[in-house]
Amino acid sequence: MIDKTVASLAEAVADIHDGATVLIGGFGSAGQPGELIDALIEQGAKDLTIVNNNAGNADYGLAALLKARRVRKIVCSFPRQTDSYVFDALYRAGEIELELVPQGNLAERIRAAGAGIGAFYTPTGYGTLLAQGKETRRIGDRDYVLEYPIHADFALIKALRGDRWGNLVYRKAGRNFGPIMATAAKCTIAQVREIVALGELDPEVIVTPGIFVRRIVEVPAHAARAAAPSVPQA
Amino acid sequence: MTSTYQRLDRNRMAARVAHDIPEGAYVNLGIGLPTLVANHLPRDREILLQSENGILGMGPAPPAGQEDEDLINAGKQPVTLLRGGAYFHHADSFAMMRGGHLDICVLGAFQVSATGDLANWHTGAPDAIPAVGGAMDLAIGAKQVFVMMEHLTKSGEPKIVERCSYPLTGIGCVSRIYTDLAVIDVTRTGLQAVEWVDGLSFEELARLTGAPLSRAQARRAA
Repeated sequence: MIDKTVASLAEAVADIHDGATVLIGGFGSAGQPGELIDALIEQGAKDLTIVNNNAGNADYGLAALLKARRVRKIVCSFPRQTDSYVFDALYRAGEIELELVPQGNLAERIRAAGAGIGAFYTPTGYGTLLAQGKETRRIGDRDYVLEYPIHADFALIKALRGDRWGNLVYRKAGRNFGPIMATAAKCTIAQVREIVALGELDPEVIVTPGIFVRRIVEVPAHAARAAAPSVPQA
Repeated sequence: MTSTYQRLDRNRMAARVAHDIPEGAYVNLGIGLPTLVANHLPRDREILLQSENGILGMGPAPPAGQEDEDLINAGKQPVTLLRGGAYFHHADSFAMMRGGHLDICVLGAFQVSATGDLANWHTGAPDAIPAVGGAMDLAIGAKQVFVMMEHLTKSGEPKIVERCSYPLTGIGCVSRIYTDLAVIDVTRTGLQAVEWVDGLSFEELARLTGAPLSRAQARRAA
């Protein structure tokens, strides 16, 4: 019997090793797997390369992981926010490496990794600082930049419901990077509000089929940390 | 002789942009100033707003107390979903942009060049923390790229320039510029002023614009 459910957050993240590349879902706070990140902080892995759209908000979740000095490098599109002070201070002190990637290239590089694509030509960023030193090619009447996939050791994502086979459905715009990140890591770990019985998720609306998910852990909504604001700050 | 003219305030600029968005358009509004355009879309037109974080059919801010942390816009402010709206993942969201499916995007800018180059993500200052978000994808992906910005910097320098001095977001991607003074089209033969505020002469507008400017054939009153 396939059972991808794990009993605790600690068990879910137990084997994340020092130096691992970890995809972390979310756009700001929406869809950010806060409890899995807290468990990772507790677990202690360091020298991590983190891939996320942002670089943490306030003092919780991803920002707390940064604050604990576990992150060597962050790959993201939009680190600077009104409440990104943890990242800002580390960056200004030269204590974290930043790879800035246009958001669509970030998404497509993750998608490419999950889909077995070796590299792809994209028009985004052509002629800009963010394409400096990269191969380019003119195809038809347009110029493109060669971009490579982002493979990861682990992905930490958040979904609404899942089952023991790892099938997932998401909640509203909390979906964002979850489905593509799930495909791009050797080991994808999903936290869900509720684990349901097989067959309870409508097969027509399953967004992430279980083949992409290795572990699933239930974090009921009422267990959400008090530290996270209920209304995201801009 | 000093002319007397009134600059458009931010809401009148937003209303002016909104006026040009047609029925049925799929539109992405960039963060900052362009977000205001949503408040001025004509109510008799069905216009679908796309948000980069996976929303099509984005609605206005919810009433106080009904915010949902999983339903936010690109600026991470709480929003709502219209009936018929949809959620999707990031690769699909950026396929909508890069794949040329969006009719219009409206972006803020530091500078726009005579040939429609856009600079809006980074000042290049040594102490600045760069952040690009979806700007580069929107700039090269949408069928039409509208820029909405003040005509001059706070220190009075033109933001429309011969060549951008700030790092570029996209090359030759801007179709039309809306400022607090004028509406200017980027054409193959250069910048053309379509309209400008009352009390401002074309010559004065040209003087406040850092690249050669011609008059479009039919000038409309702003």
